[in-house]
Amino acid sequence: MSLLTDAPSAYELTADQRDLASAVRDFAQTELHPHALEWDQHKHFPVDVLERAGRMGLGGVYVREDVGGSGLSRSDAVLIFEELAKGDPTIAAYISIHNMVARMIDTHGSEQLRRRWLPGLSSLALRGSYCLTEAEAGSDAAALRTSAVIDGDDYVLNGEKLFISGAGSSSVYVVMARTGGPGPKGISAIIVPADTPGLSFGANERKMGWNAQPTRAVSLVDVRVPRTNLLGREGDGFTIAMTGLNGGRLNIGACSLGGAQWAYERAVAHVQQRVAFGRRLADNEAVMFRLADMRIQLEAARGLLRRAAHALDIDAPDAVELCAMAKRLATDAGFDVANAALQLHGGYGYLADHGIEKVVRDLRVHQILEGTNEVMDLIVGRSIVGVA
Amino acid sequence: MKIMVAVKRVVDYAVKIRVKPDKTGVETTNVKMSMNPFCEIALEEALRIRESGLAKEVVAVSVGPAQCTDTLRTALAMGADRAVHVDSGAAHVQPLSVAKILRALVQAEQPGLLILGKQAIDDDCNQTGQMVAGLLQWPQGTFASKVVLDKEKQKATVEREVDGGIETICLELPAVITTDLRLNQPRYATLPNIMKAKSKVIKKVTPEELNVELRPDIEIIQVTEPPKRKAGVILSSVDELIDKLKNEARVL
Repeated sequence: MSLLTDAPSAYELTADQRDLASAVRDFAQTELHPHALEWDQHKHFPVDVLERAGRMGLGGVYVREDVGGSGLSRSDAVLIFEELAKGDPTIAAYISIHNMVARMIDTHGSEQLRRRWLPGLSSLALRGSYCLTEAEAGSDAAALRTSAVIDGDDYVLNGEKLFISGAGSSSVYVVMARTGGPGPKGISAIIVPADTPGLSFGANERKMGWNAQPTRAVSLVDVRVPRTNLLGREGDGFTIAMTGLNGGRLNIGACSLGGAQWAYERAVAHVQQRVAFGRRLADNEAVMFRLADMRIQLEAARGLLRRAAHALDIDAPDAVELCAMAKRLATDAGFDVANAALQLHGGYGYLADHGIEKVVRDLRVHQILEGTNEVMDLIVGRSIVGVA
Repeated sequence: MKIMVAVKRVVDYAVKIRVKPDKTGVETTNVKMSMNPFCEIALEEALRIRESGLAKEVVAVSVGPAQCTDTLRTALAMGADRAVHVDSGAAHVQPLSVAKILRALVQAEQPGLLILGKQAIDDDCNQTGQMVAGLLQWPQGTFASKVVLDKEKQKATVEREVDGGIETICLELPAVITTDLRLNQPRYATLPNIMKAKSKVIKKVTPEELNVELRPDIEIIQVTEPPKRKAGVILSSVDELIDKLKNEARVL
């Protein structure tokens, strides 16, 4: 505990946080890690394991408790997602995206919507997908074209979303659609239940990694939902989507950290037992320096993630750019460290059975989604020079 | 009805055990400690009984050093209502002493059921449950693989895993039950409950306050690793096999 203020110390976990991290670590090591390779190889989406995660409260980490959420903070969340990712970064990331959807409904949904969806989402009995990206609107998300037109008491949605995690398997989709004019202020966030007529899905994309979770296009053809499915007000959708991403970025960074930490620890063990030229790899300064670099990168990323999480928890004025900084640093560091761990394993690093190459493949996309790292640079740069 | 569950803090089941260089025991410094798996099963069973409406309160108890409170916090996070820590300090506690302590706690708390794991994975004694039942003169159902309570008739039907198969017995409450592996699958503590655990009470008492003297009845002379497995030998004929079985392994 910090003696100076009553803010939580950035450098020490509270006893509660240690217990949380320990409990999630046990879950991840028992339920995720032993099967991660198999899920990746067979592209198997482990719905039963997600339900068990939900029963532990991982489906609504920062959803309010009155609807079954765990009511935890962003600082708690980064610990939780790092531990999950040490088990399997793909499932950790999936759970994070799902939590983003749950949080959006908790924060911006009517009481009716909260009570209808959140008990199920919090326990992961139901799964949620976040539908923002389109073929022509990725980084330029505000250029999205999916439309939602008022017809009586309903919205009718038409459009195509791309790269949607969990699509085809989720029970509820939060769709960012255009209800007004061009640009961000014309966008609204609308809940679309899975069984609504007009909703269909593309094939499961073949990806470099993240194979244990499905990624599909979502097609909306005259999808009709009640107007009461609106989150917040018309025109709030873009802000709702972006606000959701702040926390999502922290979690994705934490997932990079967890995956990389696991790979790094494997590399540390490997170089201490692998012998070449009459000595252990670890006895070479070149290897020691490489490990030092890796460790420094991980510690720096972890420190910034925790700082950004705290800023988000207290709603600090610079929380948005801190989250962007932490996401960029942690996802870049995560990939680099995992890739370095692969190299330290030599030929074994290239073999699927050792698990390292899967982590490298998984972590690569963290530098792209939830806002590319270039967009993170844009956010931070703009905050420095003061562009609106 | 109140249920008391005794839980033990042991070396985590996944840890690779090392014997201390002085051979007095197993290395526990900087080693991950956890709740004994059979104790988790005992606690889970107690929680299920409470959730079915047949009990009102689950009290978790543990005998050991200060760090036992970690284990008790886990029990509280899983759902126990409150906990008692019997602080034995640095003393090495053996089953008979624990049984005497549990008797004292039971006499104070008056639970309808005392549930324990069948054995701890560190010493594998498989004694405490049986001893405390004897001290209390309570019926016991050990190695339970199924427990069904009849609250009205104040009886527990227990299926026990014994060498010959499954034995079903009927116990009059209050009774002692020790749990075997297949009784249930323990729950993960939920995240909210982990955070709430700190507001639940852990009462601390000492063996002296319970009028129990911690006197070891068994002296551990030495702890060594089992002999390392020797490399196998490829035999060239059946005659050689029979000769080795007879004269080396001495099993024929």
